[in-house]
Formats: sequence, C-alpha cells, structure tokens
Amino acid sequence: MVEFIKDNLILNDPMIVGANISILLTVIVLVFVLTYFKKWKWLWTEWITTVDHKRIGIMYIISALLMLFRGGVDALLMRAQLTVPNASFLSSQHYNEIFTTHGTIMILFMAMPFLLGLMNVVVPLQIGARDVAFPYLNNLSFWSFFFGAILFNISFVFGGSPDAGWTNYAPLAIEGSPGPGINYYLLGLQVSGIGTLLTGINFIVTIIKMRAPGMTLLRMPMFSWTTLITSFIIVFAFPILTVTLAMMTFDRLFGTHFFTLTAGGNPMLWANFFWLWGHPEVYIVVLPAFGIFSEVIATFSRKTLFGHKSMIISLVVISGLSFLVWVHHFYTMGGSANVNNIFSITTMAIAIPTGIKIFNWLGTLYKARIQFTAAMMWALAFIPTFVIGGVTGVMLGMAAADFQYHNTYFLIAHFHYTLIAGVVFACFAGFVYWYPKMFGHKMNEPIGKWAFWFFTIGFNVCFLPQFLLGFAGMPRRVYTYLPEDGWTALNVVSTIGAVGMGIGFVIIVYNVYYSLRHSKMETTGDSWNGRTLEWATATAVPPHYNFPVTPVVKDVDAFWQMKQEGTANKKDIEYEPIHMPNNTGTPFVMSIFFFIAGFGLVFEIWWMAILGIAGSFGCMIFRSLRSHVYDKGYYVSVEEIKRLEQPFHKEA
Amino acid sequence: MFKNYKTWLIIMLSLVSLIVITVLGFQADLIVLDPKGPVGEIQKDLIMYSIYFMLAILVVVYVLFTYMVIKYRDHKNVDSKNYKPDMHGSVKLEIIWTAIPVIIVIALAIPNAKALYDLKQPPASTAGKEPIVIHATAADWKWIFSYPEENIETVNYVNVPEDHPILFKITAADSMASFWVPQIGGQIYGMPGMVNELYLQVDEPGEYKGRNSNFTGEGMTHQQFNMVALDEDSYQSWVKETQENAPKLDETTYEKLMLPDNVGEMTFSSTHLDFVDHGIDATYAMHIREKYGVEIKGVKITTEEYKQVSNNGSHSNH
Repeated sequence: MVEFIKDNLILNDPMIVGANISILLTVIVLVFVLTYFKKWKWLWTEWITTVDHKRIGIMYIISALLMLFRGGVDALLMRAQLTVPNASFLSSQHYNEIFTTHGTIMILFMAMPFLLGLMNVVVPLQIGARDVAFPYLNNLSFWSFFFGAILFNISFVFGGSPDAGWTNYAPLAIEGSPGPGINYYLLGLQVSGIGTLLTGINFIVTIIKMRAPGMTLLRMPMFSWTTLITSFIIVFAFPILTVTLAMMTFDRLFGTHFFTLTAGGNPMLWANFFWLWGHPEVYIVVLPAFGIFSEVIATFSRKTLFGHKSMIISLVVISGLSFLVWVHHFYTMGGSANVNNIFSITTMAIAIPTGIKIFNWLGTLYKARIQFTAAMMWALAFIPTFVIGGVTGVMLGMAAADFQYHNTYFLIAHFHYTLIAGVVFACFAGFVYWYPKMFGHKMNEPIGKWAFWFFTIGFNVCFLPQFLLGFAGMPRRVYTYLPEDGWTALNVVSTIGAVGMGIGFVIIVYNVYYSLRHSKMETTGDSWNGRTLEWATATAVPPHYNFPVTPVVKDVDAFWQMKQEGTANKKDIEYEPIHMPNNTGTPFVMSIFFFIAGFGLVFEIWWMAILGIAGSFGCMIFRSLRSHVYDKGYYVSVEEIKRLEQPFHKEA
Repeated sequence: MFKNYKTWLIIMLSLVSLIVITVLGFQADLIVLDPKGPVGEIQKDLIMYSIYFMLAILVVVYVLFTYMVIKYRDHKNVDSKNYKPDMHGSVKLEIIWTAIPVIIVIALAIPNAKALYDLKQPPASTAGKEPIVIHATAADWKWIFSYPEENIETVNYVNVPEDHPILFKITAADSMASFWVPQIGGQIYGMPGMVNELYLQVDEPGEYKGRNSNFTGEGMTHQQFNMVALDEDSYQSWVKETQENAPKLDETTYEKLMLPDNVGEMTFSSTHLDFVDHGIDATYAMHIREKYGVEIKGVKITTEEYKQVSNNGSHSNH
C-alpha cells in the first residue's frame, strides 16, 4: 500500500508539489470551517442529498467554475511556455499532459456542467414545473459527473495525467502511452458520462411531459427549446462515447484489439467513433448557449425574440446536421475526393441555419430598447466574435483548403472563437442573468463590466494572432519552436491576451464575493423585468416547490403577457398542499462506488474495481427494493406555502 | 452605463491591439499564403477566394450590428416610433437571409470540389513528366524517405528536382503522423498498414521546412525534415553520388530507427523496402520495440499474435 502510494504520488515536479500542498491546505481549511461552524449536517441534508433542481444546478455551476480555474491555469501555463522560442519552462511531456487536460476539462468538466447547471436552475422554472421528471436521477447525474471529474483531476498529482490529447487518438493512446494517465481519461469520462446521459433522458421527459398548461411546444421559451434538442443529441451521442471508451479500456486492460496496431485492430476506427460523438458534443455545448443568448437578448432588448419559429427550425436542422459532419475532423486521413466533397458540403451547410440565428438576433435588436447590462454585454459581444468563429469554420469545412489548416493554429483559433465566444460568453451571460434567481441578489454591475472588458479584449488579443500563426505554418500541440520560424511576435501578443482573460476571470470570482457582501437582496422574483416564467415566482430565489400554483400560459413570453394583462401578481390564491420528492443519499454513495471502481480499474487493482462495481449495483438494488415502500415523497402544507410566499403578499 | 472616457479607452485599446496584430501578421512569414508549388497554389487560391466571401459576410454583420446597437440603445429621448416590442419576425427577411447563405455555400462548394479532384491528379503544369515516386514513412519521431527507383534512402531530409511532379506514398511505422510541407502543399496522414498518396511539386529551388503536424507524443515537436529542391542536374548528380558513396542500409541500423527518438539526417544507398513495407505490415515497429525491450504498456502483445498477423498481412491496403 505504502509502496503503491510512493510509486504514484508525483513529487519530482515543484509545480505539482505546490498543487499537492495547496489542495491539502484547501481540504484542511474546508474540513475545519465545516466542523467549526457545525455545517456538516447542513451540507448533507441541504446540498449533498438534495433533489431540488435549483440546488443541483448551483452545485454544477460551482464545480464548473472550479474546473474553469483548473483549465485556465493549464491554458496560462501553455501560453507561458509558448511565449518565446526554445523556452524550457515546461518539458515536452509536461506540456503534453497540460494541453490534454486543458482540452478535456474545458469541454467535459467545464462547458458541459456549466450549461447543465444553468439548465437545471432554469428549465423547470421556465416551463412552469415543480422539479425535473426524475429528481432522484438528477442527484445521481450530478454526483456521477462530480466524481468522474475528481477521478480525472487527481491524475496530475497521483500517477500522471493523460498525455494523448483530448482526442486521445489510437494507437498513441494505447501503444504509445504507458502509465495510468490514459486510464484516468477513459474511466473519468466514463463515470461522468453516466451523469450526462441521465441528464439528457431527464430533460427530455421533463420538457415533454411537465410543461405548464397552455405551453404548447411552439410557446416554449428558446432556452427550454435548446435544452430539449440538446438532450436529444446527448441521448443519441453519449452512448457512442460510452461504448468507445469501454472498447479502449478493454484494449488497455484486458488485451482486446479494437483500436490497436497489432492483431488486426484498427486505430482509424477510434477517430471515427470519437468524432461521431465528438462533433455532436460541440453542438451539445453550443446549442444551450444559443438559448441563453436568445433569452438575454430578448429581455434586454425589451422585445420578443425575432423569428421564434425559424429559430426552432434552424435548431432542429443544426442538430440533424451535427451527426453528418464528423469526417471533417480527418479529411487528411486520405478519404477519396467524393467522401471529402460530401462532408465539405454537409459541414458548410451548417452555416445556413446558424446564419439564420445570427440574423434573427440582429432582428431582435432592430427597433428595440437595448439596455447595456453586464449580461447583455456578454450576449452582444457574442455576435461579432462568434461570426469570426463561424466564417472560419466554413473555411475549415472546405476540404481542399483544410489540408493546409488541419492541425494548425488556424484551427485552434477557430474553435476557441466558437467555444469561448459561443459557450463561455453564454455561461457568463447566463450566470449574471440568472444570478439573482440562484442567490437572491444581483452581481455588481460595474465590476461585472470590468470583467467583461478584460475578458473579451483579452480573448481577441489572444486568439486573433493565432489565425495568422496558422498561416505562418505553426502546428498545434508543439511544445516549443525556433526563433527562425518567425512566430515569436504573434505568440507574445497571444500570451498578453491570455493574461487579460485570466484577469477577467479573477474579477468575476471577486465579484461573487463582493456581491455577496454588498449587493441588495432582491425583493421580487422579477429582477430584470423578465419575459419568461422563471421570473414569475414570488420570491427572488423560488421555494423548493417553485410555484405555489401552476401558472397558465397564453403566449411565447408567458410572464410578459401576464404583466401586460395585469394577471401576474394575483393576490387571493387558494393554495393546496404540494407533493414533493424526498431527499436521497443513495446517489452520492453510489457515485463514490463508481469512483472506487474507476480508480481500481485505472491502476488495475482488481479487488477495488470489483468492490466498486458491486457497491454501485448494490445501491441500485437497494433503491429498487426501497422506492415503492418508502420514497413516496411528502406534502408541503398550505401554512408553509403561505409562509414562504409571504414577501409577495407583503408587497402586494 | 459607463462614462464617456471609458468608452474611448476601450475603443482605443481595441484598435491599438488590432493594429499591432495586423502589423505583426504582415511581418510574419505567412508561408501558407506564399506557396512555391502548384499544389500549394491551388490551396492558396481557394483560401483567398473563401476569405473574400468571409470578409464580405463579416462586413455585413458588423455594419448591421453597429447600426442596431447605436441606433436602438435605450436612452432618454427614445422615439416611440423606433420601439416595436411585439415585432415577431418577418417571413420575407427570413427567406432572404436563408437564401443568401445557400448561395454562398454553393459558390464555395463548387471550387472546393474542383480542387479536391485536381489534388488527386499529378500537377497539370508538368503533365508530360513521369512523377518520381518517394515513400515517406513516419516513425516516432523522424521521417524516412525511400526512393525505390533510385534505391536511395534518406532520413529527415528529402531531395527533389524542381519543376518535377513527385508522388509521395505516405505511411507510418507506429503512430498516426501527418506529412506537411506548408509552403509546397497541404498535408496528409501516414498510418501504419496503409498508404496515402500525395502529389507535390516544387517550382523554385530552395529548402522548405516540412514536419509531422499530428501529435504523436514527446518528440513530435522535433519531427521535422527539410525538403530540398535542386535543379534537375544537381539532383541527378546527387542521386549518382549517393548511390556510389552512401552506405547500405542494414537491418540493425533500420531497427534502431524504429525506437522512439529524434535523430539527425542520414543517407543510405539502399531502402528499407527490401525488408519491410509499413504500408502492409502495421506491427513491425512494435515487434522491434519488444525485441529491444522498449516498454509498450497499455497493450499486451505476444510474439504469437505478431506472427499470425504478419503471416496473414491482415491490414488492407488503402
């Protein structure tokens, strides 16, 4: 045991030792604070076992911000290494590990959970539901994501990080990567993938079955629409990932030959499977982002969304096309002219529905009354920046030209323009916009704007030069270059931009603290003069049952229409007891077993793997036997509803 | 909102950054846009053609965006004629902004298709000349070039005659590598057990940097080679001289090349094609590594399995 820990704990790199110590200190401080303030029980009953979609959403977002910090530090380390030629700040191996974890964390453990968090907080409210369809499953979704992320993240201090890129191509990831790193990648993604798939199923059922009376699909707000379509993509795409990861896990642990060089394996198969999931994955993160922008832009334009129907049609078209373009990630694998031509056309075709969306947003701004709040500024900045990502995407889609862009910084710049301007801006916009819904007070606006300017200007300064670096022939994933390559000046500029983004992030985190101390508590549920049902609750932070009486919907902008008619804040409502689900501890325990199984498999410690798998099945059986007898939920009494709805009565 | 000086500060900061980036961009060698051969030329023309379309799209979106944001911002004297909160959409406009992208996509798809088919053919400008065949094999982390006709093998450099079509047959001994000489033409993957063909041609004598652009592990950054274009006479005399003076490539030397490492330039007067064709045999390098005790964790290969595969030649030719 001691041998095992000594072998795998990484102590020869000062940076990682530093990380070790800071993690240890953080844990000690956390434990101390929780014990000192006697918060353990509170943590367990109010958060860990909660089935309230809003709290689960908040936990997703907090985890995502932590992961954004981790991925961001990775990014800054990479930029530090690349600032000047022949730098020796990081070794090749260390650099390889960092770009691998940066990519994987940012996509799977930052962007996705951030958006899933916002979906969790908002969507049930937006469709007038009391919770998601399967609250128990929702808790399990979060914890399996969380422990998957932990499993992936401990790799850098224990055993070594994965080092084959976030795409993890075979045969490099099999024959070329000794050590537990790639196992961490495979198992970490596998465990968190369970959570994502469950969330997809959960939201499809929630949105199809639990909309408020009167909310036809065509009256559903855009963020809920994007959530629905995204959930469908998740349900179709994630099983591919699950199977693919399992196959490579078998290759590495049990000597099968799916993707190996030897014994008839086919490494190209990995690339195909990976991108069959990987391209839809891009739309899994970008479509909800489009939904957030639609909500924010409509609210702060003081106008209804332009072209609601064509927005929905384009959404559906994009989701269909997202499954038909995966080959564009490897035009250079030597496909025939016919194959490359077909996939060029499907790829470029995605620009058509996306273009419709861009012009619809511009249409929303037409004859509007634009209010420049921090949330709106993120949404507005998205349009011109994302268009750069979009048009360069079309350029990359042209296979004949792609032979020159493939694997270069042109590609890097392109996908950061789509994923940061598209997804990260949306996360920040949604975070600021729905912040009062989560915490009962707004984020400080001036500080939020400072963060905005640092981040957006920094972002452009960081990534605009990278298009040019691509034309100058700089490939991605190289850990250094030579002075005579002529890439130095642009790299210096790029690093300066990255620092700007870092400062922006720090300001956002500071703003959370500052707003907690200084922001006024919201007195109504309608912080921004909103249009959709999430703003129709009596209190800023809705009670766990959301709505005392299910609202009736008559229009796309349901709440706006109620306010126009003056039916929004009705006084004398007859309350009835509300049935709500019980909290549950099993998913947390089950996810710990997932983690144990994953860890055991990473290091091929079989007793541990078997224990973990048996334990998670045990939890499942426990739940199945118990649920019919005990988990019948409880009723919120009329008195309690009256008490919780009080601020509303006082005001009225 | 923020006070005026801040607006100006932000605008100035953005403009200054943009100007700095543009100037530095023009100073850097944008080699992809300055090709020295017909293949790179086709690709550069396509890139420039698409860039004009994209700039036009950007201009349209930016002008509309700026107009909306300035004209319809919320301020004290908003004209109520300019505020229509219930405007739901416009079928006419939506048809227009669906149709225009469709036209743009068609306008881009046609030259792209033409280029794709052209790139599969030898360059048109030297249609009369028989292409020289060179096998390019990536092995962690070096490039091995074999001239089967001339019976020459080089490592990490490749000499070619100018104005002469070259047919590269690209494969790899282990990881997936990408063969790329940015200034001559776009890249293609080399994969074990398969062969990809790539026509290239250099129009001006000189040295051009080439590399593996696909991540293959620790030494990938240094997996570079020089493509040296010589005039026809110098090329012929180099061939002759090499055939006479360079040492033969023996199997032990070649086996050493299969171990993951970076090496310098080498020249031989025989090729490895005599004892292995990586385009058919995907497992040769793995076998060698096992023989020399280089760790191959992650997968357990046994000698029997290796024998079976090499006997059957299980990998299809691409």
